[in-house]
Amino acid sequence: MKPDTLKDKIVPVLTILLVLVAIWYVAAVFLNAPFQRDMDTRNNVTSTTTEFIGRTLSQPKPILPAPHQVAQNVFENTFLRKLSSNRSLVYHAGVTLSSTALGFALGTLLGIVIAVGIIHIKALDRSLMPWIIASQTVPILAIAPMVIVVLGSINITGLLPKALISTYLSFFPVTVGMVKGLRSPEVMHLDLMRTYNATAAQTFWKLRVPASIPFLFTSMKVAIAASLVGAIVGELPTGAVAGIGSKLLAGSYYSQTIDIWAALVAGSVLAALLVAIVGLVAKIVDRAMGGRPA
Amino acid sequence: MKQVVLSWQGLIALLCVVGAMVMLPVFGAGATQPPSAGTVILIALLAIVAALISFAPLSTSLVAPALFVGAHGAAWLLLGTLSGNEGFAGASFFLLLAACWLLAWRCVTELSELKPTTPSSQWLLRLLIPAIFGAWILIIWETITRGAGIPFVLLPPPSAIGARIIGSLPILGEDIRQTIFKAVLIGYTIGCVSGFVVAILADRFAFLRRGLLPIGNLVSALPMIGVAPIMVMWFGFDWPSKAAVVIIMTFFPMLVNTVAGLAASGNMERDLMRTYASNYWQTLVKLRLPAAMPFIFNALKINSTLALIGAIVAEFFGTPIVGMGFRISTEIGRMNVDMVWAEIAVAALAGSIFYGVVALAERAVTFWHPSIRGG
Repeated sequence: MKPDTLKDKIVPVLTILLVLVAIWYVAAVFLNAPFQRDMDTRNNVTSTTTEFIGRTLSQPKPILPAPHQVAQNVFENTFLRKLSSNRSLVYHAGVTLSSTALGFALGTLLGIVIAVGIIHIKALDRSLMPWIIASQTVPILAIAPMVIVVLGSINITGLLPKALISTYLSFFPVTVGMVKGLRSPEVMHLDLMRTYNATAAQTFWKLRVPASIPFLFTSMKVAIAASLVGAIVGELPTGAVAGIGSKLLAGSYYSQTIDIWAALVAGSVLAALLVAIVGLVAKIVDRAMGGRPA
Repeated sequence: MKQVVLSWQGLIALLCVVGAMVMLPVFGAGATQPPSAGTVILIALLAIVAALISFAPLSTSLVAPALFVGAHGAAWLLLGTLSGNEGFAGASFFLLLAACWLLAWRCVTELSELKPTTPSSQWLLRLLIPAIFGAWILIIWETITRGAGIPFVLLPPPSAIGARIIGSLPILGEDIRQTIFKAVLIGYTIGCVSGFVVAILADRFAFLRRGLLPIGNLVSALPMIGVAPIMVMWFGFDWPSKAAVVIIMTFFPMLVNTVAGLAASGNMERDLMRTYASNYWQTLVKLRLPAAMPFIFNALKINSTLALIGAIVAEFFGTPIVGMGFRISTEIGRMNVDMVWAEIAVAALAGSIFYGVVALAERAVTFWHPSIRGG
């Protein structure tokens, strides 16, 4: 590790993180204090300030859980429970992950197919592209519950409806990125292909596709994060039995704030992991294609 | 000059019409008001003539209008035969519909080949082509739901949704006021402004930028919509909790984009500002902020859809008895699917208008940018 990395990256990030955690603790004390004061007067407890602060940070249903409470909950529900247990965060993350992955795969495929159609068929470019953009102003996340209920009423239940929401959210970035990528070869290179007497298919596979790969992976990073959001929101309706979304909803019903925060952390870790995996694949593909580290 | 133009859409359309004529009648047994033979012949004739015209070696400006009239006239007549015969449409009906659709496709293909010279006709064409596409989505939706008798609960026809929108304007107005004018607009404004201010601070202090940006990049990829239940607990059921969700969702895209934008101005321009002896704030206001505008507007556009989504989803976690999210979740429970679709249509329209306004503002502010100037 270069000394610059330490000074320019790690120290600032860690400092800001520490500041954020400190603010979190202070906020937790202040937000939980009124309720704790009520409790104390009701139980006729008098305490020193230190004890009082300690109790605000260890309420079972706090308004804002302290970081260590959340960390403890996450740790318990991740490492100390059986995978099949209903309380295991790994189990819920797994359920969400499966519909995220299916939706992402479908969405990427659909996005690529649409992009290929758009660059080859002019009528499609002129007529479809504006509607694809308009389609994203439909708040699908907001109507996801309805989609799921309607699909459920014709006996399409389980993984597929949730995956379809993810598909809808993830195809857009892929389409836009892929259209841009497939159009990215320079005129000079296209002309060169023409002097080689290359067919349209050859130009496509040997010039356009390789040129589009970096664009594709950038969009896939956006798309997989969107897929996860779609999967989580897709779990909200129909009483949701499993998945990170169902944990959020259940926590919201029973005011289990620590559970909500733990589910939120699980979702965030999942998102970060998924984006990192796509980034890693991008790096491997780039190297396999002969790219050199900049 | 070529004798015949190859038009595969026209060819298949002709085959469809022939097939439809073989499989008559248009509606199966039991239809209460079957269309007269004259109407069916008129539809078929319109389609056939339009298909034949698509083979003719005429100029596009002649073929396209003829196709337009033929395809849409036939489709209009076909829609008219539906009333009273819902659910009895046979193969013949759908073959005729397919023929009309193929002709409309051919029409769009012809229109895309047009190279208009005046700006106004160019503008008109750019509007007309997507409009035909959109209209056909509605036509196919309407004919299939009504023709094949798809249960109303599954998918109501667009005409019923339109009627519902007109019939319940006051309720929709109330929902829009609650969700869009309170939660979305307030949250969007606060979120974008605070993201912008923090970005300026991060730009001023390098330490903050180095620390905050990686975190900001990470957070903007996280499912921020998950904070909705927490915000509802903190700020109560009314619009402030929804606005809070919107603030959180819009803050990070704005932060990340503005910081990236502030780095966009070239070194040479900055050096020039230094030779003018301008201080930090002068450089910021006169050079770097204008240069950052494309990035800032990018964030504003992303946020315009995010804000609407955030507000509506937050309403699923508890809300007073008004608001678009509330209406969607309760009306689906009461199987009033047309009301839900009306709400969806209004939301989509509102989202498009919001996005359009931001895009127009972008055009006005970043008129100098190559993507607007048009190379």
